Amino acid sequence: MARGKIFEGVRVVDFSWIFTGPLVTKFLADYGAEVIKIESPTRPDDVRSIGPYRDNQPGVNRSGVFPLYNSSKYSMCLDLGKTEAVEIAKTLVGMSDVVVESFRAGVMDKLGLGYGELCKVKADIIMLSCTIYGQTGPSSMQASLGMFFQSEGGVVEFIGWPDRAPVVVPNPYTDYHAPWLALSTLISALDFRHRTGRGQRIDVSQIESTPHFLGPALMDYLANGREQGRTGNRCDYAAPHGVFRCRGEDRWCAVAVFNDKEWTGFCKALGNPLWTRDERFSTLMGRKKNEEELERNIEEYTTNQRAEDVVKAMRREGVAASVVQNGRDLTEEDEQLRFRKTFIETEHPEMGNSVVQQAPFRFSGVSSDLRRPPCLGEHTEHVCTRILGISDDEFVKLSSAGVFG
Amino acid sequence: MESMLSPYRVLDLSDEKGLLCGRILGDLGADVIKVEKPGGDRTRNIGPFYKDDPHPEKSLYWDFYNYNKRGITLDIERKDGRKILRQLVARFDLVIESFPPGYLDSLGAGYETLKEINPNLIMTSITPFGQDGPSKDDKTSDLLAAAGGGLVYILGDEDRPPVRITAEQSYCQAGAQGAVASLMALYYRRTAGEGQHVDVSVQECMTWPLSYTIPFWDCLGQVWGRAGSFQKRAGVKMKLLFPCKDGYVNYRLGVAALYGRSQKNLVEFMNQRGCGFELKDIDWAGIGIEALTQEEHDRWVKPVEEFFMRHTREELYEASLEYNFMLSPVNSPREVCEHRQLAARDYWVSLEHPHLGESVTYPGAFYRSTETEWKLRLRAPRIGEHNREIYQDELGFPSAKMEQLKQAGII
Repeated sequence: MARGKIFEGVRVVDFSWIFTGPLVTKFLADYGAEVIKIESPTRPDDVRSIGPYRDNQPGVNRSGVFPLYNSSKYSMCLDLGKTEAVEIAKTLVGMSDVVVESFRAGVMDKLGLGYGELCKVKADIIMLSCTIYGQTGPSSMQASLGMFFQSEGGVVEFIGWPDRAPVVVPNPYTDYHAPWLALSTLISALDFRHRTGRGQRIDVSQIESTPHFLGPALMDYLANGREQGRTGNRCDYAAPHGVFRCRGEDRWCAVAVFNDKEWTGFCKALGNPLWTRDERFSTLMGRKKNEEELERNIEEYTTNQRAEDVVKAMRREGVAASVVQNGRDLTEEDEQLRFRKTFIETEHPEMGNSVVQQAPFRFSGVSSDLRRPPCLGEHTEHVCTRILGISDDEFVKLSSAGVFG
Repeated sequence: MESMLSPYRVLDLSDEKGLLCGRILGDLGADVIKVEKPGGDRTRNIGPFYKDDPHPEKSLYWDFYNYNKRGITLDIERKDGRKILRQLVARFDLVIESFPPGYLDSLGAGYETLKEINPNLIMTSITPFGQDGPSKDDKTSDLLAAAGGGLVYILGDEDRPPVRITAEQSYCQAGAQGAVASLMALYYRRTAGEGQHVDVSVQECMTWPLSYTIPFWDCLGQVWGRAGSFQKRAGVKMKLLFPCKDGYVNYRLGVAALYGRSQKNLVEFMNQRGCGFELKDIDWAGIGIEALTQEEHDRWVKPVEEFFMRHTREELYEASLEYNFMLSPVNSPREVCEHRQLAARDYWVSLEHPHLGESVTYPGAFYRSTETEWKLRLRAPRIGEHNREIYQDELGFPSAKMEQLKQAGII
């Protein structure tokens, strides 16, 4: 099977940081694009300073988070405050197909790397800008992070229990909406360029992406004036539908029963206890009406079972169920993820090994080619001398002048 | 104006797991045809409904996930239906499906069969766990995919069970990833000279929005678990959600480079309003996140809590823009729909629905470009709306045949 070849021959200059932009370029890199990440020693990708670190020892090449977003990429250091560095960046863009960046609107322009300038070195360059708010509009100059935007974008209102305050996602959750839309647009732009010879500047924002992941809720407001809210783990048209405590510390199973056939299977999986034969529970409507009692009865049973055993029994009877998986479950217990080789350990010069993660899809005729993440500035010399054709002497001169930070 | 994907045609056979995939491709300009069972797809029964009328032509769920698609009816469980499917497949680039693994093969309509007809065909299959493996025949749902992927475990208050996001995410994530994968296969077709079978796992899609779960286990041997509206960083529980006069705001005490500047600016705002002076001379940017103690966090956050309680979300949000500190209001659907940034960008699109006698407003462009324009060209199709266009005009079925097929329940 061909390996990593989908984007072979595509070169990407990647100014993006943290999660959104790097996810876009990681998928390209894993499948053969040459992605050159631009960083600097004084300003490395912020994710390098986000732990946990290997063996709890901080270091720019020791973050366990960085590999997940930066597999298969190159890292070049440039101090973009220096004119020479900007010139080098421009020359590199002149030899590339795509530029990806996630600075606030206007920053690339200020650096001398705006779309207009880049078109001068490469007329058909495709430039993708991923931000929270977009390139124009009253919020475009506002600093924000996905960590906060998830609330503004309407997601947080939908998390938690109806009788108390909502709960935030403990990560920048909306960073996981925009990249897929950005990537879809970017790959389409590559195809468009094949057909027309024209590049383009693409503006993707979280504020315009997230509504597509809240569609039905927003439509209910737009068409009906109704504001939906959070419902814990319950579902209007299914019962039981929820998360139940199991044996052990913080162990839970999730179960969802959508029709009468599955209810029969569910009862069988529990061993047909007496309470399940109560008429009140025999229909969906009845189960919804008596949902608290239903859930109490279920949990009385599950509390004494291992989550894995409940799930196995459920699945055997054709009922949808899952362990509420934690980090250990995902990487060490889940047989399906192991089968798919979702998580891959790669050798790493400073970390010993780093865990990288596959995209959630596979192709019949081509495989991915995941490689470890780059150390900071690991490829500065390589890019300069092998790609840009800078002589060894010139490289040393530029180094001393602090062009690479 | 040519669109990004104008030469490409997509047949969408999918259910909830795949609807957004075809929709995204339609948004980018592809000709997407949604295929339904005669009489209408099951997903038309999913609400919310227009004015709460639970009619299969009034599902807002259907309308949202199927705009920019045309629609035909076809019963592929019938042999004659599959014959028509094979005729169609010859003229399409991509088929999206989300049947249980092996189902289409059992009908003689799987990838291996269809690629004989059209070697360039790409089939994107979106299933709960993937085409193969120990769980391939297991069922999923939004809650279960989020649980199996790891998102549920990290969400929720500590004194209650872990919780999912009520506004369902799993199938959106799978659809969006399916679009990415389909386009990768399409792009690769230029070099490969043939199509692909694309295998998307909903569970695997939901292993992505975790951030720290895997590193906590891999680097520290620790299970990273839920902490309510707190972020556990370097041994300190940092408050993330603050009640205010009319709701909640999302904010975090700011230390170190990224957040320190923001914190300084918030303190300036507080001082201007006559309070928070105990926070005045602290060098926020100079405090490393590893140096911060729980005691310091709790002590410094108290005046901020009290200050926020005296203001509305709007006041705090306006101040965050004026003084340049990071804070977001917890917005309801109405507030998202009324957000001034989206209004300024002309984001919301109004589309006429003659059968409703009114226009309906939709979320709009997820990208802007200098070359092509995101367009909402078509409202979601009515049942069999484009049967004539596809079967008669394109495939050349005579009227008599159309009637025959309709009466036999094949279309």
